[in-house]
Amino acid sequence: MTPVLDVHGLAYAYPDGHQALFGVDLHVHRGERVALLGPNGAGKTTLVLHLNGILTAGAGSVAVSGLAVEKANLTEIRRRVGVVFQDPDDQLFMGTVRADVAFGPANLGITGAELDHRVLRALEQVGMEEYVDRPPHHLSFGQRRRVAVATVLAMEPEVLVLDEPSSNLDPASRRELADILRSLDVTVLMVTHDLPYALELCPRSVVLSGGTVVADGTTYDVLTDEALMKAHRLELPFGFDPRTAMPRP
Amino acid sequence: MGAGHGHQLHYHGHSPVHRVPAHLKILALLGFMIVVVATPRDWYPVFGVYLLLLAAVIGMSRVPPTYLLKRTVVEVPFVLFAVLLPFVATGPRTEVLGVTVSQHGLEAGVALLIKGTLGVLASLTLAATTEPQELLLGLERLRLPQQLVQIMAFMVRYLDVVTGEMRRMKVARESRGFSARNPRHWPVLARSAGALFIRSYERGERVHLAMLSRGYTGRMPRS
Repeated sequence: MTPVLDVHGLAYAYPDGHQALFGVDLHVHRGERVALLGPNGAGKTTLVLHLNGILTAGAGSVAVSGLAVEKANLTEIRRRVGVVFQDPDDQLFMGTVRADVAFGPANLGITGAELDHRVLRALEQVGMEEYVDRPPHHLSFGQRRRVAVATVLAMEPEVLVLDEPSSNLDPASRRELADILRSLDVTVLMVTHDLPYALELCPRSVVLSGGTVVADGTTYDVLTDEALMKAHRLELPFGFDPRTAMPRP
Repeated sequence: MGAGHGHQLHYHGHSPVHRVPAHLKILALLGFMIVVVATPRDWYPVFGVYLLLLAAVIGMSRVPPTYLLKRTVVEVPFVLFAVLLPFVATGPRTEVLGVTVSQHGLEAGVALLIKGTLGVLASLTLAATTEPQELLLGLERLRLPQQLVQIMAFMVRYLDVVTGEMRRMKVARESRGFSARNPRHWPVLARSAGALFIRSYERGERVHLAMLSRGYTGRMPRS
């Protein structure tokens, strides 16, 4: 079966010479929810920007459901890979929620009733349909994060890539977002420092450190491997123990 | 951050003036301004008629006049310029309240003040009775080039974000004991303004990334 995300030997150096990725291999299959963990500066964001072709691989390859990420395929790649950025104020740039959610599908050439339908369905999926005509800057932070997810869902992506989905959310919004993510029938790759959130939502975790994948296994195994955690600056919050938070899968 | 309706300049209401389509209001404002500016500067009774007309529209809109008057402070720099005119202009002199001033400058200053105030009041009335989003749609209907409308749309969208950032920087400065009391403190303000500019620029880059990620290819979709 063709993986949804197929990253092979990906290496990348920024124009200033700083090398961020040294041969990354990653496969994500349909329906999986995978957490991408790693300390600051591990190259997580750089990897994400390769998945939808914002950055172009220096070496190695990236393919999405068998389609290579290269210039000729960019429109289709960006439909298949929905990236939700960390700051919803970056993601929501139009005057109303409706226009913002419509932006992606409209770029794909969808118009009229089908466009309206997509917008409303995406907003329903995140429970924000009643805010459709509000300007984004009048929503709460948690609501804006949910609309940001909807802007990408409206493109009916094959994989949802979330950059720090739980950051800056209050506990209730954080849980609401978890419920939404669980309810979606879509492959998810989630970049996060929130390890309990990874354990709660993602059966599998990949640890990126120093520009390479250093671990890939069940989230439970990764979080309970103390030597691995310590070696890559990963720490559980005070008082949190995966062994008691969740029975061994 | 602010919840509820519209923008700081907008006064929520349902009057007939609020309901007129935005593009008609924009055209009306433009027409009014051209007529005001084209009126010879010593036709004082005519300016009185303009003011009455404007007052009637404001009355109909049910926007409290004090709400508009408070916001006319944006005119202050022009007022200062108008007040200076009689002193710096040349030509025949005349005496006002015991001070000798230029006859020419005095007339020009008064005219500037009258025309400016009429213009500012009319613009504020438009802003108070029209949601920013409506205004943009109105400009679009008037066939203003897409690029210009888009730039304005981004400005409306990010005005609150940038002023929020500015406010947080101010709070952070003051929390560390800073207050801009005298010109020696101005360099700090200038550096803050520079930092704000760079932050906004970087946000622009991130927004562009987010747009590319959703299939933007340099042209806004028609929706």
